[in-house]
Amino acid sequence: MAFLHGVHTPHRKNTADKGAEPITGIKSVILPMQMHIGAPAVPAVKVGDLVKVGTLIAEAANGLSSPIYSSVSGKVTKISDILTSSGSTCPAVIIESDGEMTPDENITVPTVTSRQELIEAIKKSGIVGLGGAGFPTYAKWNVDPERIEELVINGAECEPYITSDSYTMTDRADDMEYALLALKEHFGLKRIIIGIESNKKKAIESMKAMSQKIEGCEVKVLPQVYPQGGEKVLVYHTTKKVIETGKLPIDVGCIVCNCTTIAAIGSYLKTGMPLVEKCVTVDGGAVAEPKNVIVPIGAPLSDLFDFCGGFKAEPKKILYGGPMMGVAVPSADVPVLKSTNAVIALTAKEAKLPKTTACIRCGACTNACPFGLYPAEILLAYKKKDAEALKRLSVDTCMLCGCCSFICPANRPLVQTNSLSKQLLREEKAKEATKNG
Amino acid sequence: MDNLLSLSASPHIHSGRSTSAIMRDVLIALLPTTVAGTIIFGLRSLLVVAVCVISCVLLEALYNLITKKDQTIGDLSAAVTGLLLALNLPANVPIWQCVVGCVFAIILVKCLFGGIGRNLVNPAITARVFMLVSFSSLAKAAFPANVDAVSSATPLMQIEQGTVPSLLDLFLGKNGGAIGEVSAAALLVGFIYLLCRRVITWHIPVSFIGSVFLLSFALEGSATTALALILSGGLFIGAIFMATDYVTSPPTPLGKIVFGLGAGLLTFLIRHFGAYPEGVSFAILFMNILTPYIEKLGAFKVFGGRKA
Repeated sequence: MAFLHGVHTPHRKNTADKGAEPITGIKSVILPMQMHIGAPAVPAVKVGDLVKVGTLIAEAANGLSSPIYSSVSGKVTKISDILTSSGSTCPAVIIESDGEMTPDENITVPTVTSRQELIEAIKKSGIVGLGGAGFPTYAKWNVDPERIEELVINGAECEPYITSDSYTMTDRADDMEYALLALKEHFGLKRIIIGIESNKKKAIESMKAMSQKIEGCEVKVLPQVYPQGGEKVLVYHTTKKVIETGKLPIDVGCIVCNCTTIAAIGSYLKTGMPLVEKCVTVDGGAVAEPKNVIVPIGAPLSDLFDFCGGFKAEPKKILYGGPMMGVAVPSADVPVLKSTNAVIALTAKEAKLPKTTACIRCGACTNACPFGLYPAEILLAYKKKDAEALKRLSVDTCMLCGCCSFICPANRPLVQTNSLSKQLLREEKAKEATKNG
Repeated sequence: MDNLLSLSASPHIHSGRSTSAIMRDVLIALLPTTVAGTIIFGLRSLLVVAVCVISCVLLEALYNLITKKDQTIGDLSAAVTGLLLALNLPANVPIWQCVVGCVFAIILVKCLFGGIGRNLVNPAITARVFMLVSFSSLAKAAFPANVDAVSSATPLMQIEQGTVPSLLDLFLGKNGGAIGEVSAAALLVGFIYLLCRRVITWHIPVSFIGSVFLLSFALEGSATTALALILSGGLFIGAIFMATDYVTSPPTPLGKIVFGLGAGLLTFLIRHFGAYPEGVSFAILFMNILTPYIEKLGAFKVFGGRKA
């Protein structure tokens, strides 16, 4: 079977197989209303309200959205706009912790007797795609079960540094099993495939043991190539199915869920405690003691770094997520989001990228692209703002994995230009729509 | 506040590959054949190499200075052009002709088209072809000092006259020709180095040399003669080092194979039916011009792309 192209990124999995430590001493949390794809949640508390761990603080808006729960016990001190990593502003609820972490006494184990109740439960749990995408999970499952041929579980974890999914697979197999049995019961899942990169020996062992207890569940060991965990790449490598540009996994009969998302569903079904904490990999050359840390959602990144022994070198760049697709943040005061699986602090040396020079037409970009695009040509077309050429070059297929920029010996801004080109095509499409409408 | 965090779009790490590192690898890969050429043809070879490398680098530096462009000689591509051109010249070539060749390669073929990455044809090969048609000295190959220049004919001429030289001599390079083209053994060492360093892939050299071998075998009916034919002339240096130039060859495996087969066919045709005994340079130059079309032909199919 042919495998899609990609690049060999450094692994730097310093925190692998080290377990995870719960953080202590969080003084306050910042809970942005937009931690998911869709409409921002609507605050359901006022300044001065007392809340406990698991108390609803924001309801899901109409349409695609997700509710938010308090991750600490304490008092709501402020509801105001904060700056997000994308540069826009978003309302956030700020809660001062009383240090007790008292759980909300109204929390009860959800009763699930039908498929619809299961979907409702997933919606109520506040769970969104925890691999980084943040797409509300219930919406993925809100489909005709007849259409589902496979559930593909993403345990590839192909980004450098990150090991929080490995932690889930080794230490939370029970939660995953609980969720999978419930999903299997209510959706009649015939086939469940867990895709894991071959370097995660312990995770593979743990998942193989679990899969033996679930009929139709198997582990697929995948080669270590970035971006193995890209949705279309993973679906192709586990099922040989090709998702066409503009289509979703369900269009080829697949639902793709990150392994930590599955574990979160299991934990909610077991206990009724909604999504309030995350295992986050804290790493990077600037961090003194890299660790996996279990943190309340909303904790400021600075608290995570302090818990990991502080900085051993001055950080020059701090990232949400891995270095290939992660987002650089303006300061360490920003909070852990629902979808945050890692925070990486890079030193000036690590953050320094080579100078951009002339394209030598080596073709490394097209040979690295998992989808066979030709980024060097896309860059030329974008410079001319040639929408027709961009369409012909299929730039809308690009998933922004960054292989092209990573491999380019001239360090040209290839994936960055792909992103701008996709934007350009969206604008052209919108213009055409208004012209015709 | 000098400790502001830097913000930029992903990716935040880089593979560390760079143009200058690639060019450095090419220079290293050309070392064995440079050494072999010097041993075979004497110290004058080194003079030719030095003149060409220095001229090319100085000319590019000067061009950048005069046209107020960023200095690019640090990427080492001018040095590669100089070395390749030198290795494609006989050791007894007049020095002034070397300099003229370098002006042609660097100024006309490379810089005037926009510098590295923008040239349509390979600078070294084009300069060699220019010199071949301009200066008669190039047609007269140099011969190893210790070899009794068998009727002073290059191996290709000998084969045409019906005598097949010893394959071992051809492989080691004990025969007449340009400085860097005679020792297949040394060129193969460079080829293996480039493959290991992932600077080039096997596609162009193997399809190029392979097609010349198969066509020659079909025509001559003798494996020995066909082997002698691929070991002779500029085929190895051309297929390994010149035809694989990134700028002027297609980027995908399919494109590279089409390119290699085309160059092989043209080399065979020129060698057997053309006026010149050797056709490698002309073949590569011709394929350089076709490259934009081969590139389209060999482009990857986009994964999940809509059917046109």
